[in-house]
Amino acid sequence: MINVGIIGFGQSRFQTKRTDVTFPELVKEGADLALADAGITIKDVDAVVYPLAPDALIGVGNGERWVIDALGATGKPFMRVNNGGATGMSAVLTAWTHVASGLFDVVLVAGADRVSESGSAQSVLNKMWDVGYERTIPLNTITMLALSAQRYMHLYDSDETDMALVTVKNRKHASLNPYAHLRTPITVEEVLASRTLAWPIKLGDACPASTGAAGVVLVSERYAQRNNLKPAWIRGIGQNSETYWMGARVGAKSQGDHADADALAHAFDIAYKQAGITDPVNQIDVAEIYAPFSSVELHVIEAAHLAKKGKSPEGLRNGKFTLGGSGPVVNPSGGTQCTNPIAVTGTIRVGEAANQVLGRTGAHQVPNARVAIASAIGGDHQFYSTMVLCSDLEEIS
Amino acid sequence: MTTNKNASAKDGSSERFYEQTWDLQYKHALGRTVSRFLDGLAEGKIWGRRTTDGRVLVPARSYDDLTHEETGEWVEVANNGVIEMSTVVYEAFNGLPKPPYALAYVMLEGADTALVGYVKGLDLSVQSVAIEAVKIGSRVHVCFAKTPTGTAADYWFELDATS
Repeated sequence: MINVGIIGFGQSRFQTKRTDVTFPELVKEGADLALADAGITIKDVDAVVYPLAPDALIGVGNGERWVIDALGATGKPFMRVNNGGATGMSAVLTAWTHVASGLFDVVLVAGADRVSESGSAQSVLNKMWDVGYERTIPLNTITMLALSAQRYMHLYDSDETDMALVTVKNRKHASLNPYAHLRTPITVEEVLASRTLAWPIKLGDACPASTGAAGVVLVSERYAQRNNLKPAWIRGIGQNSETYWMGARVGAKSQGDHADADALAHAFDIAYKQAGITDPVNQIDVAEIYAPFSSVELHVIEAAHLAKKGKSPEGLRNGKFTLGGSGPVVNPSGGTQCTNPIAVTGTIRVGEAANQVLGRTGAHQVPNARVAIASAIGGDHQFYSTMVLCSDLEEIS
Repeated sequence: MTTNKNASAKDGSSERFYEQTWDLQYKHALGRTVSRFLDGLAEGKIWGRRTTDGRVLVPARSYDDLTHEETGEWVEVANNGVIEMSTVVYEAFNGLPKPPYALAYVMLEGADTALVGYVKGLDLSVQSVAIEAVKIGSRVHVCFAKTPTGTAADYWFELDATS
């Protein structure tokens, strides 16, 4: 396969609402920022991949039709990707496939979201449950993860303070990132005192509904050489899926526990094997992992093998995973917990990871970062994407 | 039917907004397997289906999510079991019921996968008391609607009386 690198990443300064632009104009902002960062124009782009999560969140059916001109994709091969919360990263993996196959040299991934416009995101997200068996129960993306958080606490003798430690770390990181949505530092006490949404998840554990755009540009190794570019190289990718039924993730005969993210761990293993990562804690400098709620980050750190199962809270208490601490830094951007424009959240994970290994993130830069990982989760912990990025193509030892 | 109107921005700026409502009606076919499960609720029964490797999937599914094979025999499981995971919701969400309410996945005796439902009949006003009542391992039983609607709303869980 052909080596693929990322040569550009653009993102908005995320906020709750944007009334100065239409949705397609917002998508164009993501495309323009990514192309400008890459130092190319739309004329240099061979194909476009567009991430968009459920249509009902933006209130326009087949939103890919609406934004085709905003992306500059007319006259070019085009695909829309929807994989729930993993959408923004699945789109990058689709673009990777386009380039790695040798078919295209330059592929643009760009999109946007404005989650708050629907006024009832959880009402939209409730529609993803089974019409016969589950729709009379008010499940949504908060309750599904509250269930997981309760099992994690039960299995590993963890508590709500452990979750609060994640928020405190991510808000501290986000305060250094001018593009993040929630940038105000917060204390453990403030998180614990925030109102309960679905126990044990409180407002202080939750991501915001963000508005803004993002995009990345992927190129082939031959294109990079021809144009003297220094991309962030994609050294490994992984994907995996998990059963629809949450009730099949408990009990003696289940394949994995809803407390953990075993299927995600498998996706990380696939990417690590491709990249030659054998000792994640010592070989990985930075992780941009998708976790919309504090509780999710605990088990994603463990799925990435940056801590043993049930041990990420202990690491956090010892100052690990934090900028300035020892070992891999987790979500130096503030992560999904501080910025969640659903369609492009996964794109931001990849873009931030790429900028980290190129040493160009700014105040939240991890010093001398060479190897980064990114991941995303879609559906009800169902669709998993992982990636390893590196500043060079040398062996990762 | 949609409701449309244009409105000027409150601050007098030239930015305008367009309001719409999606009001779509669906009639979903539930198929034979789900329909039989729902019929069972009117008789006070919870039905599962046995997989080729002997697990009992509840609620009944016609195929196995792990092996991709069709399930076979219908198995009636017990009406009592244990909470495997739960949450108590205190936040109001547009279009969803008024809080507070408790939800749980319950492993009924004889089943190998857990069934989701409301946990009713307990006081949720004090959070610490409510979450302790529905903690993992709490014993519950299934209750059935006196007037069945033919939907999954025809059953819920209640805590077993503590002896």
